[in-house]
Amino acid sequence: MHVPDGFFNAAVSISAGAVAAAGVGVCLRGARRELDDRTAPMAGLVAAFIFAVQMLNFPVAAGTSGHLLGGTLAAILVGPYTAVLCVAVVLLVQGFFFADGGLTALGVNITLMGIVAIVAGWTVFRLVAGRARGRGTVVAASFVAALISVPVAALAFALLFWIGGTAPIEVGTVAAAMGGVHVLIGIGEGLITAVTVSTVLAVRPDLVYGARGLTAPLVLRGADGDATVTREAGLPTTSVTPVAPRRLGWFLPAGIVVAALLAGIVSFYASSSPDGLERVATDKGFIGQSAEHALAGQPLADYGEAGGIPVGIAGLIGVGVTLAVGGGLFFAVRRRTGRAGASARDEVSA
Amino acid sequence: MGAGHNHQLYRAGDTLVHRLPPQCKLAAVAAFALVVVATPREWFWAFGLYAVLLAVVALAARVPLVFVLRRMVIELPFVVFAVALPFIGLGERVPLLGVSLSVEGLWSAWNILAKATLGVVASVLLAATTEPRLMLLGAQRLRLPPLLVQIAMFMLRYMDVIVDEMRRMRVARESRGFVARDVRHIPVIARSAGALFIRSYERGERVHLAMLSRGYSGSMPVIQDLSASSRQWLTAGMLPGAALVVLLGTLCGTLLVNGGLA
Repeated sequence: MHVPDGFFNAAVSISAGAVAAAGVGVCLRGARRELDDRTAPMAGLVAAFIFAVQMLNFPVAAGTSGHLLGGTLAAILVGPYTAVLCVAVVLLVQGFFFADGGLTALGVNITLMGIVAIVAGWTVFRLVAGRARGRGTVVAASFVAALISVPVAALAFALLFWIGGTAPIEVGTVAAAMGGVHVLIGIGEGLITAVTVSTVLAVRPDLVYGARGLTAPLVLRGADGDATVTREAGLPTTSVTPVAPRRLGWFLPAGIVVAALLAGIVSFYASSSPDGLERVATDKGFIGQSAEHALAGQPLADYGEAGGIPVGIAGLIGVGVTLAVGGGLFFAVRRRTGRAGASARDEVSA
Repeated sequence: MGAGHNHQLYRAGDTLVHRLPPQCKLAAVAAFALVVVATPREWFWAFGLYAVLLAVVALAARVPLVFVLRRMVIELPFVVFAVALPFIGLGERVPLLGVSLSVEGLWSAWNILAKATLGVVASVLLAATTEPRLMLLGAQRLRLPPLLVQIAMFMLRYMDVIVDEMRRMRVARESRGFVARDVRHIPVIARSAGALFIRSYERGERVHLAMLSRGYSGSMPVIQDLSASSRQWLTAGMLPGAALVVLLGTLCGTLLVNGGLA
């Protein structure tokens, strides 16, 4: 998603540069609150971590693989301001040293992958996690936040493209294609983010910025029975015994809303205008020549145009199927992390 | 392991281009990229001349062509996109070798390919002739916020360490027969990432304490003299200057031709 030189016109590049500069300026102030005197070394370390993690390829579907963007992960681990700074620095270094992403498109890249993705991810994380206490909530919130942040950034790209892209493609096509692909990537991103956060929570919960509420304050007991509660929290609470039904109850409605929203937006784009290739084909009159798709007779083929099922219902069925598959996958993954977390706790207490 | 911290990005040398202060080179490359992006896509000659300018710089810096080509692989995803453009673009269409292509799509594919390639080559040359640390110091002299520069410096210092750590973890995974084949293997990779984060963060904390005990007070001392003379600025300015001359020259030429026709 690193935009090269010459992809956007000058006006968009410059205004995105201004937005990026302003955002980074705000974050420079905010990051001092999150990391105080350790800002530079630790933010640099997290930036290097993001850089390394972006090299981790994970399989998305048969044959294709994606890589982690890491913005939301960084926001949950070290706080949103530091995360924006880290991603901005990663992009800066990639642009200057690795020629990945154009120098004139640096503003666009920082705005999309740094500011938009992290603001979206962190907002969703706060909304879902709220003030709730419990590791499951934090992990579920990480999943949803990372899942949403990726397509949101992709749609922001489509918006910028609509304002000042140099390529002659319909914005609906771009939005549908980018949104569709990035929902898939987002699921991978969400899974990895959630499992990573849960791993860190199991070992050093104090390192997870998004779970600060989980650590109990340290109580110092003196010889004569007096107790002082320090603000500095270092030990994990022992009261995080898993309560599966409640955590699932949190996760399910949020997931359904997200899936319905995404499917709604994408399917509306898809239904209002045919995709670029299809349209081109219709225009040139060669669509009739193309062989009928093998599955064309199936009721859901082509979003319900074939079997007489309305688009909306086809979309709902799609959401249902996606939810079942994704939910099952998530459940399987989480049960295993729960076990791993428990064994880690046992080791600590042993 | 004992290979030191020289990145493959940087090619040590002692040429005119290597000796220029980093801030001059940074400003020159950025200005060059701006001129390239501002050039209308119809001016084929101008793009050819830009490429010649970059070739002259590469020659002066003794950077071999193979090195530049190998580093240009980074551009591939967008090359794929640009190649697809003539097929999916809208508007007027022309038949070419039996395939109907969009005129507008062809133009924008050329536009993206030419400009992105020139930008990538310029950046590759910059990175090949400037030590990473000096490049950041140069950026600081160009008024990039010091905190940002420091974060980038620490990132450069930690990058090799963390990437190496990750490589060792990968070797450990693979020596136990693990291959990430499908979605079920994502948790394994994610747990590696979690472990990597904890190890790196704890290492960072230790390094920070060690730095504090050695008198670190929030900023790194700069031991090089990074001031640039006006002659050096002039030398570095030759690249964007020549590009600007090409741009303006083509502009005047186009205006004259149009005026002559009218």
